[in-house]
Amino acid sequence: MAPRHASVMIRGGTVVDETGERRADVLITDGTVTAVGTDLDVPAHATVLDAAGCHVAPGLVDLHTHLRQPGGEEAETVETAARAAARGGYTAVVGMPNTNPPIDSAAVALEVLGLGASAMCQVAVAGAITVGRAGVCLAPMAELAALGVTLFTDDGTGVQDAGVMRRALEYARGLGVTLGQHCEDGALAAGGHMHEGAWSSRLGVPGVPAVAEELMVARDIMLSRLTGGRVHFLHLSTAGSVALVAAAKAEGLPVSAEVTPHHLSLTDAELAGYDTVFKVNPPLRTDADVAALRAACAAGTVDAVATDHAPHPSEAKDAPLDAAAPGMLGLETAVAVTLEALGAGMSIRDVVGLMSWRPARIAGLSVDQGGDQGGPVAVGAPGNLCVIDTTERWEVDPDRLSSRSRNTPWGGRTLTGRVRHTVYRGEPVVVDTEAQR
Amino acid sequence: MTLPAPRPDADEPKPAPAPGDGRHLLSIADLGAEGIEEVLRVSDAFVEVARRPIPKVPALRGRTVVTLFAEESTRTRFSFETAAKRLSADVLSFGVASSSLKKGESLRDTVETVAAMGVDAFVIRHPSAGAPAQVARWVDASVINAGDGWHEHPTQALLDCYTIRQVLAERSGRRVADVGVQDFAGLRVAIVGDVAHSRVARSGVLALAALGAEITLVAPGSLLPPSLEGWPVSATSHDLDSVLPTVDVCYLLRLQTERGAGSFLPTLREYTAGYGLTARRAGLLADGALVMHPGPMNRGVEIADEVADLPRSLVLRQVANGVAVRMAVLFLLLGQVVGGDAAGAVAGLSPGFGAVDG
Repeated sequence: MAPRHASVMIRGGTVVDETGERRADVLITDGTVTAVGTDLDVPAHATVLDAAGCHVAPGLVDLHTHLRQPGGEEAETVETAARAAARGGYTAVVGMPNTNPPIDSAAVALEVLGLGASAMCQVAVAGAITVGRAGVCLAPMAELAALGVTLFTDDGTGVQDAGVMRRALEYARGLGVTLGQHCEDGALAAGGHMHEGAWSSRLGVPGVPAVAEELMVARDIMLSRLTGGRVHFLHLSTAGSVALVAAAKAEGLPVSAEVTPHHLSLTDAELAGYDTVFKVNPPLRTDADVAALRAACAAGTVDAVATDHAPHPSEAKDAPLDAAAPGMLGLETAVAVTLEALGAGMSIRDVVGLMSWRPARIAGLSVDQGGDQGGPVAVGAPGNLCVIDTTERWEVDPDRLSSRSRNTPWGGRTLTGRVRHTVYRGEPVVVDTEAQR
Repeated sequence: MTLPAPRPDADEPKPAPAPGDGRHLLSIADLGAEGIEEVLRVSDAFVEVARRPIPKVPALRGRTVVTLFAEESTRTRFSFETAAKRLSADVLSFGVASSSLKKGESLRDTVETVAAMGVDAFVIRHPSAGAPAQVARWVDASVINAGDGWHEHPTQALLDCYTIRQVLAERSGRRVADVGVQDFAGLRVAIVGDVAHSRVARSGVLALAALGAEITLVAPGSLLPPSLEGWPVSATSHDLDSVLPTVDVCYLLRLQTERGAGSFLPTLREYTAGYGLTARRAGLLADGALVMHPGPMNRGVEIADEVADLPRSLVLRQVANGVAVRMAVLFLLLGQVVGGDAAGAVAGLSPGFGAVDG
């Protein structure tokens, strides 16, 4: 698409990227960064984005977005998800394959990628590991890999059969792709609707024990050791899980891990009033788990913060807790929630790294892999950038979000930190927090 | 009950706090010891009413109470409806079989539709924990939890406390009105059976502990909740024989056989062998110890036939007191004179009760 804005000047901000922080204006021309430096001259007809007091970063990359299209368009579409992503500072999202039909064939992948071509951010997809995400027969991974799919997962469920997962890892190794696992032992998690612990016991709600997740993390670490296959652990939620991953990394195994903003910030105590907006899978855990996840981010054990943006129409949430759909919105609040959770113990550069260049590499989208995400803000870099005001306090109004759904856990709460502008392929798609199309 | 408190976000109110402002009875925790005592005292007046030739008073005339039972129940529903009718309230009965819930209407649409007709209270039984708390956020009416999933069944706990108090009064030769909650202090209670899946146990533990009783949970490990953190219980045991001689009250829970006990227990026979109150085990109870059960009983499973019918068994008395206690709850939630206090309202009740609404 021809950029409507030939020149965009991001002026007065502090550039933060993998190489560090520095005061600099950034000029993007025809989709590419053409100048970085202090007090750059503004070309005639350039769109100027004020970044005073803000950080200018490579666009964020979400490893875990539920686009809901095809099949769940009442909750979200590729277009609305990408708009929400852009307002969250993302210039790329990886759509999960648990659509209807699922992304277990080139045909469905091509449909979603086609819808994403005109979206407000780059739309990549993850493919299913097994046909129909049923955990039995391997999906045509090579056919999907040929379309550029680098991440495969049956997300929404874990691959229960260890033998199937072993075969998948062996097969994936030859394709150079990564298998993402939603770690949840089906037998231990069956019937659970929140974290199993003091609160579930008190509230009389069937729980999902931490062990249901940790058992599959441990299993897949062993399978990675057995096969040499690369495993990316999706939305880890427990202290035990990140401890297992830390040990696996120390051993040198090819594993990576993501956590969500909500697991870094909310606990099972939120369910005390049976508010279904806090029902999510994996469930919100305990204060000790939150602390362990934050520490694992600071220690480098966790490679990425990913939203698990999971839109649901209100009728799916206006139900008793055990009947309500699990999942919460994340794209438009991720920066603020993550900064609040991690900002005290980590530099802004390291926090942005968890949301930009590190997930870009896991998804195979980074500049150093031939993609155009996450690279340093330098002349010649792709024009994918976001401008973050780390100090703005704003109240989350669910009705003003760009997602088609309203199931944010942050409605009515005040967050600190906000994405002010987003530039995607040289186009200012978000200006002063508002989507431009 | 002290649980890890929700994280204090002093300047950021929670979007949907659990209602507990005195308009609803969702959990025993809404009442506390004082609230429980108030219900027990008000119940005395309604036990008296029940003894009259025409056991009906006009206290809630013009008020509408809806019983919405999304899960089958005979005794609790009859008990609430009898209570509401004896208070002269109009009663609308909404059952699962006949309801639009069966036709796919959501719980929210159902209660909002009924509420739009003008309703003062919903009495809700629902298989999902928390459903009454959610309804309380959706409608303006008072909501009374008549049992929600494994969560709570507060009026059962209240009528159990009332029944214990009644027996304590009889035993000590006092009027029941003279027995206060202080008489529960140190009362040793064993709650036996499927605690994990029991709303009766959760409410009972909260109520009895609030009044000062010492509670021992007796169950196989697979029928105890995954965590007892914050539960005000003194002990747990897997050995009923050793606990029975030490308690004043043996409270047997219904084994929820219809909820798939098979996966939690090898067999019903093995449960009865370990945790059933058999005739032999009843002999281990101290003189005067009471046997209670919320009903309906699985005779031959958690309680032997001959034990259920012993004089020390209070099962039928629990049922009888249920109506008076539920009258008290309905009256306290709906019958308050604006600006008046409960004690004053109750004090003024008895004379006024002479006028029977035929």
